[in-house]
Amino acid sequence: MKIHEYQAKEIFSRYRIPVTDEVVCYTVDEAVAAAEKLGLPVVIKAQVLAGGRGKAGGVKLARTKADVPELAGKILGMDIKGYTVEKVLVAQGVKFSSEFYVGLTIDRNSKSVIFMASSEGGVEIEEVAKDNPDAIHKFIIDPDLGLTPFLARKIAFALFSDFKLVKQGADLFQKLYRIFMDTDSSLVEINPLVITEDGQLLALDGKMNFDDNALFRQSAIEALNEPTEDELKELDAKEKGLTYIRLDGSIGCMVNGAGLAMATLDLIKYFGGEPANFLDIGGSSNPQKVIDAMNLILSDKNVKVVMINIFGGITRCDDVARGLIIALDKIKVDVPIVVRLSGTNSKEGLEILKQANLPIVETMSQAAQKAIELCGKN
Amino acid sequence: MSILVNKNTKLLVQGITGRDGSFHAGKMKAYGTNVVAGVSPGKGGSTVDGIPVFNTVEQAINATGANTSIIFVPAHLAADAILEASEAGIDLVIAISEGVPTLDMVKVMPYLTKKGTKLIGPNCPGLISPGEALVGILPGNIFLKGNVGLMSRSGTLTYEMVYQLTSNNIGQSTCVGIGGDPVAGLYYLELLQMFQDDPATEAIVLIGEIGGDAEERAAQFIKEHVTKPVVAFIAGQSAPPGKRMGHAGAIISSGSGTAEEKIKAFEQVGVRVAKIPSEIPDLIKLVMKN
Repeated sequence: MKIHEYQAKEIFSRYRIPVTDEVVCYTVDEAVAAAEKLGLPVVIKAQVLAGGRGKAGGVKLARTKADVPELAGKILGMDIKGYTVEKVLVAQGVKFSSEFYVGLTIDRNSKSVIFMASSEGGVEIEEVAKDNPDAIHKFIIDPDLGLTPFLARKIAFALFSDFKLVKQGADLFQKLYRIFMDTDSSLVEINPLVITEDGQLLALDGKMNFDDNALFRQSAIEALNEPTEDELKELDAKEKGLTYIRLDGSIGCMVNGAGLAMATLDLIKYFGGEPANFLDIGGSSNPQKVIDAMNLILSDKNVKVVMINIFGGITRCDDVARGLIIALDKIKVDVPIVVRLSGTNSKEGLEILKQANLPIVETMSQAAQKAIELCGKN
Repeated sequence: MSILVNKNTKLLVQGITGRDGSFHAGKMKAYGTNVVAGVSPGKGGSTVDGIPVFNTVEQAINATGANTSIIFVPAHLAADAILEASEAGIDLVIAISEGVPTLDMVKVMPYLTKKGTKLIGPNCPGLISPGEALVGILPGNIFLKGNVGLMSRSGTLTYEMVYQLTSNNIGQSTCVGIGGDPVAGLYYLELLQMFQDDPATEAIVLIGEIGGDAEERAAQFIKEHVTKPVVAFIAGQSAPPGKRMGHAGAIISSGSGTAEEKIKAFEQVGVRVAKIPSEIPDLIKLVMKN
């Protein structure tokens, strides 16, 4: 789960990490009032849950009084990577000398939290990682010890030469680590962290992502969730025990298991088709799940054909086949369906489907090819 | 021979009185696994499928000599269950539970290292040495005893691959589902080393997916330490960036962790990568002939 910059900075503030004076605005009038209160210049920033806002033209500096309504008007309603800008952050324009990057994330290899720090702040860190990986300092944090004062100092010494800044930085980094741990984050970033004219560290921007598996114990964080239409569909699916992700193609997919579902999408692409969705129905033959899954797939009007790919493991294929027939009996499906059943008791399962006149194929590859063929005809 | 589990495995089932725990305890026992005990706090003294249930792991070990534990408890209790098994002296812990908070696993890891406990999972289907022991939720009937070792981040995709291997009369030494979470126990490097050292394993199948750089690291490790032939498959070649494809760890973030990079890394060290799952049996036949 992601939150907006202003929400991340509200959390930073609660831990006494200095952030810019700023106001969230939903209208041009609110932005004008905010600029008056903060004093010019102000930076107007689109608040959307997507990266690359600056490049998309969603971050602008307003120097004059007239700039504010003009720029706020332009940014509000703008589309950034499929997200419509519904609110902007009006932040005090701050003069600063240097920009740094600091961030915390999970490192899969060391199985720990790592602290990343770089003097090349203000640009996308992914680009620094690609072009100049040595410019990013990485520090593994022992979960038993936490971010100790000495390690926080070591990180700060890697960025600053002025000892006053080192002390300020070390203190700030420890707070950032506490935020990460307290909120079950998967990513916390300040980019850029700047040194202001009067020699203070200040978070000019903020980014936080959270571990979805831990939201059950982070109700305050979960309350900040602003799912998009597609994400609402995904959440609704999750409540029914389905994992659904909408894609852009026309072949609807229903698969048991995440890995097999991914491989199914790959196979469709391999043979020249375009999948309409990722859908993992998990391991059960419950007809209700198939009904829910089918309704979900067909709610996407791009879908021209549905490919069902089930591997029967513990759940036997004959049970799955019976579940499919009950489900397909209960809902009206206007598009062709291709079914592939394999695994435990597949013979019996296929026999049941044959009697119900469902188009069946034996292998994944055949199913994908058949689905693509049917898709072309529709 | 095989790796990690075999005829000497004495299995303890943590969470044995739950729906999944009791169902799979019965399945594993029916397969022939030596299931010696179950743990369910407050249910000590009862039995499930003839398996004695204890209140604590320590009691279960004292009474039965259990050396391996499989965990079916709800996700928010999984870290504690893993620690309990480790503290009591279990050698190998398999965590099936799905949805464990990542930081719970981060906090557990140093203790396991200190105690020398091996962990598989969480969010995994477990493992099987066909004909010897099934420790997990895998469908035992599709496996065939043989000499191909397999490791995978996915459950059903593993079954699909194994089914195709078995249909082609290619048996398996041990198949390990390492799980789909970003922070997990034994991974490719440790398992590659074990298969390399296992006399019964002649070839290795590695099934990876998008997210992280474990496959790239595995490729490097194979180049330096593995002399047995390895074939691979990577799921998620068509996955859009920034989307979690079912598994918590299956995500392309900031352009890294793509299938393309992983396939390239394998091909650079001479590991053959199947373009589609059905190519795996042919590739195995090919590398084993050479």
